[in-house]
Amino acid sequence: MKLRSMAIPLPLENVDTDQIIPARFLKSTSAEGFGKDLFRDWRFDEQGNPVKDFVLNNPMYSGQILVAGNNFGGGSSREHAAWALLGFGFKAVVSSFFADIFKNNALNNFLLPVQVSPAFLKKLFEIIEKDPQTIITIDLPNQIISVEGMNLKEEFEINAYKKNCFLDGLDDISYILSMQDKIEEFERKKIKNTSKGRESSGLSRKPTFEVRS
Amino acid sequence: MSKLRTLFEKIWDSHVVESKEGYPDLLYIDAHLIHEVTSPQAFDRLRKRKLPVFRPQNNWATMDHNVPTLNQHLLVKEELSRKQVETLKRNCEEFGIRLYGLGHPNQGIVHVIGPQLGITKPGMTIVCGDSHTATHGAFGTLAFGIGTSEVEQVLATQCILQYKPKTMNIKISGKLNKGVVAKDIILYIISKISTSGGTGYFVEYSGSTIDSLSMEARMTICNMSIEMGARGGLIAPDKTTFEYIKDREFAPKGKDFEKALKFWKTLTTDKGARFDKSLEVNAEDLEPMITYGTNPGMGIKITDSIPKESDFVNESHLLNFKKAMEYMGFTPGQKMLGQKIDYVFIGSCTNSRIEDLRMVASFVKDKKKADHVIVWVVPGSKQVYQKAVEERLDQIFIKAGFEFRQAGCSACLAMNEDKIPAGKYCVATSNRNFEGRQGPGARTILASPLTAAAAAIYGKITDIRGVI
Repeated sequence: MKLRSMAIPLPLENVDTDQIIPARFLKSTSAEGFGKDLFRDWRFDEQGNPVKDFVLNNPMYSGQILVAGNNFGGGSSREHAAWALLGFGFKAVVSSFFADIFKNNALNNFLLPVQVSPAFLKKLFEIIEKDPQTIITIDLPNQIISVEGMNLKEEFEINAYKKNCFLDGLDDISYILSMQDKIEEFERKKIKNTSKGRESSGLSRKPTFEVRS
Repeated sequence: MSKLRTLFEKIWDSHVVESKEGYPDLLYIDAHLIHEVTSPQAFDRLRKRKLPVFRPQNNWATMDHNVPTLNQHLLVKEELSRKQVETLKRNCEEFGIRLYGLGHPNQGIVHVIGPQLGITKPGMTIVCGDSHTATHGAFGTLAFGIGTSEVEQVLATQCILQYKPKTMNIKISGKLNKGVVAKDIILYIISKISTSGGTGYFVEYSGSTIDSLSMEARMTICNMSIEMGARGGLIAPDKTTFEYIKDREFAPKGKDFEKALKFWKTLTTDKGARFDKSLEVNAEDLEPMITYGTNPGMGIKITDSIPKESDFVNESHLLNFKKAMEYMGFTPGQKMLGQKIDYVFIGSCTNSRIEDLRMVASFVKDKKKADHVIVWVVPGSKQVYQKAVEERLDQIFIKAGFEFRQAGCSACLAMNEDKIPAGKYCVATSNRNFEGRQGPGARTILASPLTAAAAAIYGKITDIRGVI
């Protein structure tokens, strides 16, 4: 998977999930339709008119890559933040630091979080500001992010398991389900330990192992 | 001799179902807590995959995030909220999960009811689609917030894939000064290490100050671990913990309790075990804390001034600070003391338990709120509500001119009708002062229940130490 796109810069630190998608828009029972409320209170004023200064409303900028300031995605565990970014059309977010839960949520939804050095991030902001048409390439197999037409690139980290999930379009559940026998064996051991006072399990002492059909 | 381990490592290791090179660990989850906002998509996907809930008995659901705090006996007025609570009800019925819905005596904020019902016990793993799941760590429990995809994993397999975080010890020693409470400790720590200083870590709080705290105070501290970016925070269980758990609905009883107790007593960090990072705080240095900005790390001692622009060396920190000042309508270098406020919110999974309400009531008794201030007291659960009524705390609040509401998350995240109007200042006992958190344009000032109570009475930011 190679992503080649222009980028939208958001050079703010600590962009929290309440900014990405405010809580009042979390009332949907589906994972669709959150893109329209992405950065709602920065993007639109109280009357619902676009805020001209905000970068997503600036016609100079477009693309599938969001380049954001340090510590992106802190706060709530709402996966809606990842859904909103994807819904808007982003495929990757570049920052020098990501909050834990956001990063997991992004990976679980195939939104690629690319963590770069603060120096590289600073340069990216400068380059994109100078030329909004700048093309950025994110090469996942080789874990390299680069700026087209310039000798500027950096390697980025992603754990091997998640990288494979990304490349093969696999999610965690099928992998975990393949270990069901081990899970049940673990439970049996746990119940035995609990009855001997060596465990504090949330399991009842007489578990039901049947699986609903 | 086996390796010396921290409490976190002991609990983690005992829940690893499978550990494979290059893969995250497969971790068994003892209890999964569910609420209406982050679960519907997970249930939908289960249905699509034709999967059952693997261990329904290990799951508990309640309604808290979007529920109204007035007239809970009536149909939820707001259409989308109503749809969400109805969807949860349907999902719980279909998949066989216990639900403490509106009207049920056990209903309440998910992190208030877990401990209250004895679901939360030492040595367990607990997850919930909510970042404040860290609260349960107060019991020596490995508890953390997860996203909806992970909610689905837990429903389907009672397991979750996780990379083991690093460990951090925060030791807090000494006696707290008058007017300084648990909320001040955690706001102080976050102000020192920033909202990202704990990212990648699981924190263990220890030290003589922690030992002296009640369970509810410990919950306040663990609750806000996520605000420094940490995955979670925990505290080794002790006598205070065991006494709190005893006789609660889901606590082991009789001989089982004795057996469990024997195990719980082993849940400590081995002497000499190594943490990846350590921090020490002297409790005697602490004052009541207050935030001035738009993240929980932007906090100061109540008598201090807001930083000046010249205090920032880093360009993007300065940009962040300026943006926060503009949003909050504050001037760099100004004092917070004396700042006029409009609303006070006493509630949320951080500070809505009975001890919090007692703390507020003890100060407020025989006083009246400032005329221009609107005060909402929102208990964390129906049981907390009942207890407050039994103790006649509700009468104290009502006489003071406060509104005493029904249980829910309420104005902490303003998903229901409890919103702070744009531009208004609200002193809140909750956990986040992000832009728009309490409603579009709302300006949140985080503080302890005592400091919030003082603000309600005097109508401005007040040093509680001068008035008790």
